[in-house]
Amino acid sequence: MCGAPAQTLDLEGIDVAKESIVQGTVSRGGSPLGGAYVRLLDSSGEFTAEVVTSATGAFRFFAAPGDWTLRTLAPKAAPLDTAVTAVLGDVVETDVEVPA
Amino acid sequence: MSRADVLVTADWAADNLNTPGIVLVEVDEDTSAYDTGHIEGAVKLDWKSDLQDQVIRDFVSKEKFEALLSAKGISNDDTVILYGGNNNWFAAYAYWYFKLYGHSDVKLLDGGRKKWELDGRELTTDTPARDKTSYTAKEQDKTIRAFRDETIEAIGKKNLIDVRSPDEFSGKLLAPAHLPQEQSQRAGHIPTALNVPWSKAANDDGTFRSDDELRKLYVEEAGLDTSKPTIAYCRIGERSSHTWFALHELLGEKDVKNYDGSWTEYGSLVGVPVEKDV
Repeated sequence: MCGAPAQTLDLEGIDVAKESIVQGTVSRGGSPLGGAYVRLLDSSGEFTAEVVTSATGAFRFFAAPGDWTLRTLAPKAAPLDTAVTAVLGDVVETDVEVPA
Repeated sequence: MSRADVLVTADWAADNLNTPGIVLVEVDEDTSAYDTGHIEGAVKLDWKSDLQDQVIRDFVSKEKFEALLSAKGISNDDTVILYGGNNNWFAAYAYWYFKLYGHSDVKLLDGGRKKWELDGRELTTDTPARDKTSYTAKEQDKTIRAFRDETIEAIGKKNLIDVRSPDEFSGKLLAPAHLPQEQSQRAGHIPTALNVPWSKAANDDGTFRSDDELRKLYVEEAGLDTSKPTIAYCRIGERSSHTWFALHELLGEKDVKNYDGSWTEYGSLVGVPVEKDV
């Protein structure tokens, strides 16, 4: 479906070899931040996907191999951009810290 | 038709939470979003279990839609304000769906749930109690709904707008990047379709771009021929509802249809033309 699935970092049932996964945790002041919006932008800055972080701050994208930007939107905070490179068959872990 | 007839701001909604005759409706794919907190007084609709037939692939019948809205306590003369997650994808889908069944006064909360949350506005877990109504729907307005045969015939004749991401359009991905890559049998797009990702119609906070920005996007940049009818599609018909809203409701283009079968249907049809760029 087109909506965001529950964001957990459990990889059970996913054939990682066929995916290029980018995942991580958003935190603020050192604590996991649920309800933040993480947008996946392609190498031209075009929006590709967006998920809401889980209660434990987790997010995950099934991207394609290549360079991406994660744009994190948190309540009452400026958007925060983080560069990331997705690799086929790999799970790239990227954590984002939103300024408190 | 103007923007104020079809969109309300978060401020307006906050001022009208308890106004009689105004009903907020949250529409999400993930109904747990509503359960963890929603705008005060809002009722819940599930785009799939409430709005889709559970056996055949189609919408619920007019009678079932009437029963649904009656049970939710929505009247024919209520102003329905729709909002939801995913940048209002499913709320826009519900908006189009309410129009399909002829509800006269329906609007979208601009920016949906995301804007509301990013503003730091209040959410509640209290479920509103609304008296049942006796809702009457109209027959489906097929002037806003396209089916596969009409879509195939539109190749090279009408505007086709594919509103998926560039990687889905090119055939690199079969589904949005936050989902496992599965679904349709073939990747690519319908020949002659323009690719204008739905996201270009929205700001980061989920609100719609201005009319001037939207017209520039579709007409000047993408080359939409406004003298011709338009069919919008995506993967399952919700992102294209968002674009249908931008073209038909905000820009006032006359003949715009949403092909709700979208790529999950088209990309599995035997023998239809497909273009793939990768």
